[in-house]
Amino acid sequence: MKEKKSNSPSVKVRRVIAYIVLILLTFICLVWFYILFINTTRSNGELNKGFTAIPSTFFMKNMHNLFHGPTPVIQGMLNSLIIAVSSAVLSTYFSTMTAYAIHAYEFKGKKAIFTFILAIMMIPTQVTALGFIHLVNSIHLNDTFWPLILPSIAAPATFFYMKQYMDSNLPSSLLEAARIDGAKELHIFNTIVLPLMKPALAVQAIFTFVASWNNYFTPNLILDSKMKQTLPILLAGLRRADWKTFDMGQVYAMIAFAIFPVIIVYLLLSKYIVGGVTAGGVKE
Amino acid sequence: MADRTAAAPKARTKSIKRYNKYGYIFLIPFAAAFIIFQLIPLVQTVYNSFFENYKSGLKMIGPNFIGLDNYKTLFASGDFLIYFKNTMIMWVMGFIPQMAVALLLAAWFTDVSLRLKGQRFFKTVIYMPNLIMASAFALLFFTLFSDNGPVNSFMIQLGLISKPYQFLAHIGSTRWLIAFMNFLMWFGNTTILLMAGMMGIDTSLFEAAEVDGATSTQIFWRITMPLLRPITVYVLITSLIGGLQMFDVPQILTDGSGDPMRSSMTLIMYLNKHLYSKNYGMAGALSVILLIITGILSLIVFKFTASKQVES
Repeated sequence: MKEKKSNSPSVKVRRVIAYIVLILLTFICLVWFYILFINTTRSNGELNKGFTAIPSTFFMKNMHNLFHGPTPVIQGMLNSLIIAVSSAVLSTYFSTMTAYAIHAYEFKGKKAIFTFILAIMMIPTQVTALGFIHLVNSIHLNDTFWPLILPSIAAPATFFYMKQYMDSNLPSSLLEAARIDGAKELHIFNTIVLPLMKPALAVQAIFTFVASWNNYFTPNLILDSKMKQTLPILLAGLRRADWKTFDMGQVYAMIAFAIFPVIIVYLLLSKYIVGGVTAGGVKE
Repeated sequence: MADRTAAAPKARTKSIKRYNKYGYIFLIPFAAAFIIFQLIPLVQTVYNSFFENYKSGLKMIGPNFIGLDNYKTLFASGDFLIYFKNTMIMWVMGFIPQMAVALLLAAWFTDVSLRLKGQRFFKTVIYMPNLIMASAFALLFFTLFSDNGPVNSFMIQLGLISKPYQFLAHIGSTRWLIAFMNFLMWFGNTTILLMAGMMGIDTSLFEAAEVDGATSTQIFWRITMPLLRPITVYVLITSLIGGLQMFDVPQILTDGSGDPMRSSMTLIMYLNKHLYSKNYGMAGALSVILLIITGILSLIVFKFTASKQVES
């Protein structure tokens, strides 16, 4: 009966509509990146002549000009990488450790602490930015990477994801067995718990990396010197420049330089990323 | 929780107890980072909001205690309400299509009788804009929609318009561009969240409805939607919290000006402006108000996530 139903005319019509809408949405998701790609391959002169859908031959030239231009893009990318990788490592390691503390041990105030961390999960960092800048200035960490890396040790969202993952994947009998072997608690965490958490660690590392990589608000308030700035700050600087004198090929090259590496990494890891979106949210 | 401890054998409970101090030890790094980088700044922010403290020319005025004067100034000037309205308008303009499209896609993806092919491809594509650096995306849109950018030259080539349309010189088109980018960045994420909710619904309900002769539209509105209420509320509130934080896109698109006529200036752009000009008293008052609003909204989200989690 089901077979009959799924081939009925009304289902066929709905299927066609669904495909049309999906293809349209695919188009409006991708067209911007396609134009970006095309324009990165065109010279300033060609770009001023108008739009075309066919790539030209100036890709390498534009990239060369970008790398030898006044904006330190390679340094910017390195800065972004250092901050994002460090944040991802610290955030996943210590937030998993926190989740493990709540998951594996019984102690006074545990429930209150758990509730508290969930309660602060949604508070945006922007609303404490003022106090944060004061603190960073008073301990002389302004214009360094530390204030952008260290706070990620306390990541409530990562904690929550890890706690949920442990609830379904980390039986306490296993930890009991490890203790009988006489292993130290930190040793158990590092050698037994962490390897079991690998899939969850990967997902959270990716999300923390991307959030840090894309962050503009906080780094913009902390990093002053040009050689320490991250990619989003450099892009914002580009927006402020005088566009009439600009080589547009170089502008597109810079945007491509910021966007395409992320797209490539995403396409390689999309299976984990798309699957990881829901796991941290509510399950109904 | 109490049940489980009582049911466990005594010997085991004892052996667990010996290790329990590690629960506290393992919490130390998180707690330390939280207290230093979030709690102290929070207290400092609230404290600052009661002081007159700003930069005038080259010298700092204050800090002098002025009670609630910063809050009074904030509301009296009217700026706060304008920027709050801007933020909300642009959020709603992006959120309505985001929710509508996400509901539609989630319903289609989870509909067994439709058997859509290439689901993984579509999901990968619609989620992608979410990971793109918002500032780069905004700069890209700025170039694409600039007066002699590709969008204008394309429309001229097609003969749709005779001279370039200045997208960023009109209130409507500027807001629509920002809302459209927010929509693009978030509808895929919402689709995936709603799908998870829909897949959690007992399929026997759908089958029973089908046997009773319900159409797919009826099934959607009478069964799917009511059962999906908790997760739609969750999506609504988290999106609203995210909307209040709207910054990167309008900031880069309008170079921090919020033009035309400050119509795309959001609350966080306003905060950023105060922070940059070292107007700390006002920045403090604005932060506290934002904190209260997001705090109330967070409580609603917290009710969903915590009620089930803490119990288990």
